[in-house]
Amino acid sequence: MSTPTATAAHEPQRIILEEEALVQGGLNFHDVTEAVAGHVEKRIPTAWYLAFTGACLLLSMMWFSLAFQVWNGTGTWGLNNPVGWGWAIVNFVWWVGIGHAGTLISAILFLFRQKWRTSINRAAEAMTLFAVACALIFPTFHVGRVWLVYYLLPIPNSMLMWPNFKSPLLWDVFAVSIYGSVSLLFWYVGLIPDLATIRDRVPTGDKATMRDKIRQKVYALLSLGWTGANRHWRHYERAYLLLAGLATPLVLSVHTVVSFDFAVSNVPGWHTTIFPPYFVAGAIFSGFAMVVTLMVLIRKVYNMENIITMGVLEKCNIIILVTGTIVGFAYITEFFIAWYSGVIFEQYAFINRMFGPYAWAYWAMMTCNLISPQVFWVKKFRRSIPIMFALSIVVNIGMWFERFVITVTSLHRDFLISSWDYYSPTIWDVTLYVGTFGWFSFLFLLFLRYAPMVAIAEVKAVMPQADPHFYHHEGDGGPGHAGGHGGDGGVTVTATPPPAAH
Amino acid sequence: MSLLSGRPDANVGLLAQFSNPGTLYDAVKEIRKRGYTRIEAYSPFPIHGMDKAMGLSYSKLGYLVFIGAITGCSLAFLMQWWMNAVDYPINISNKPLFAFEPSVPVAFELTVLFSALTAVGGMLALNGLPRPYNPLFFSKRFARVTDDAFFLQVEAVDGKYDEMATAELLYEIGAMSVEVVGHEGTRDIARGGQAESIEVPEPVVNA
Repeated sequence: MSTPTATAAHEPQRIILEEEALVQGGLNFHDVTEAVAGHVEKRIPTAWYLAFTGACLLLSMMWFSLAFQVWNGTGTWGLNNPVGWGWAIVNFVWWVGIGHAGTLISAILFLFRQKWRTSINRAAEAMTLFAVACALIFPTFHVGRVWLVYYLLPIPNSMLMWPNFKSPLLWDVFAVSIYGSVSLLFWYVGLIPDLATIRDRVPTGDKATMRDKIRQKVYALLSLGWTGANRHWRHYERAYLLLAGLATPLVLSVHTVVSFDFAVSNVPGWHTTIFPPYFVAGAIFSGFAMVVTLMVLIRKVYNMENIITMGVLEKCNIIILVTGTIVGFAYITEFFIAWYSGVIFEQYAFINRMFGPYAWAYWAMMTCNLISPQVFWVKKFRRSIPIMFALSIVVNIGMWFERFVITVTSLHRDFLISSWDYYSPTIWDVTLYVGTFGWFSFLFLLFLRYAPMVAIAEVKAVMPQADPHFYHHEGDGGPGHAGGHGGDGGVTVTATPPPAAH
Repeated sequence: MSLLSGRPDANVGLLAQFSNPGTLYDAVKEIRKRGYTRIEAYSPFPIHGMDKAMGLSYSKLGYLVFIGAITGCSLAFLMQWWMNAVDYPINISNKPLFAFEPSVPVAFELTVLFSALTAVGGMLALNGLPRPYNPLFFSKRFARVTDDAFFLQVEAVDGKYDEMATAELLYEIGAMSVEVVGHEGTRDIARGGQAESIEVPEPVVNA
């Protein structure tokens, strides 16, 4: 990735790295702190209140739909006899899938030493947590008698019975709840140094208002007395690395287990070994689409263009292109295997998907997921904000259709023609689904307002000035030389003058 | 480093500010060369190579997490076996009451959960956190340690500690300011060994 420029033999060789700087606009450490922490400190803008009101309205719609469902039973949903899993499961899988990008960015890309992740990992992890919170609503209420949902936990029920550990549905309970818990831990550990930053910036003494005093107490409590001591950083970095190492198989296992809910049954269209990898690829695909949707908005609204750079968004778009193509490949493989298996029910299920009563959903899925991301082969398109924003939404619609196609088209025509039926949702399916966007936005807006939305300490650590050797080469090629020495790549520093810090 | 002596700020002493990670790194190497051992560096982000400069060994957290992982994994298998095969056996589709294969997903998940909890709990315990009171918080300059300031602390319990001489040494190796941190507050030490308050300079970092 680095090419030496043509230099005369006697000159020290200067390395020019082609990658864009991770932090642009010549920001120093303090500027990064200001850019992120400033939004937590200033007065709440009217636009935030407006957005928050909208989120609360949608959220109340969700609670109302849930109350109506609990009062009247799952019959308020459009479920019928062959289609016992409808929108609730579609939405559950969709929301869990969205969550995956956050953990992928914070864990897998961390292990791969992808430094560009630092500017988006905090918000992406928050997205994960809130997406899982949305996802959990659906299976919880889908059990019907929600007050007995504790039967799923390994505690004895009223007949002193234990849950059945041979059921993939129970594995799902463990997978998703532990995924949520570990993501929360990971997110919080990452937040500790940044919460300390906000704690230290609250005005004290005579200048402090009542609001400042409360803020100081709350952030002091949450940051646990963090001082940035090197002995603390040592254990902290080790803990972060271990959490990343633990979250990496975890994130892959969650959608694998979710896919077992389908694959372990023998319904044609579900009973396939391709599901685990294909579900994981789909989850990363839809998750990155949601990351792009959110980041395009955040960097615009909060003026973060220098930190959440175009290069970062471009890399997300490349991941969307790759995973979208993997997903499309999986769709085609499913067809091949259905034909190759020689099972007529399996073959019918796939012909029915393509040309049956739900063909519209199938072709919507194909268009959104396989065809549309291909525009990202063109560099100009994957660096265009309007195109990537529109496409990220198209991809999420497509991924919703994918889950719909898998769930509904497989169920609505099973082995016996006498049990076939057409499934369509009711208004309560729709209000609950739309309402979860309120739940998501409610949580996300609170996050944007009260927590540092960019990992301040991590962004500083990948800046070239963070390397102690950056300061050792003044006069022999300046920091450009240090860029080569630091060896951490990703930075074009030849054009900048040496720092004036000495 | 045992569980609680790992708290680097357990003792008061001298706190010197440095202008950037480079000068702090050099200062740490230099002061160790002069025989000081009870020192600590503070920075807004982890500085690459600082562990080596301070002569710190590898964090032992990995061993703790390994114990957590083993605990979670065995507990999960034990739980599934006891609940479904011993305490209340139910024959479902004539599957074996306990088998290794269907127990793997839950065992895996609990392994991860226990390891993650140990990683976070162990990190906090090794760091002596949460720690609400810390005399370093008396220092006004130190409030910038989570923003863009870099500090070197020499603890009073260090064998070579001598307030004036150590302060002078810290200035010599590039400190911008040196202050004495105690349980009552802080006091600046100006260059030349006068123990009096001086003007607080704004820290300049890679301007």
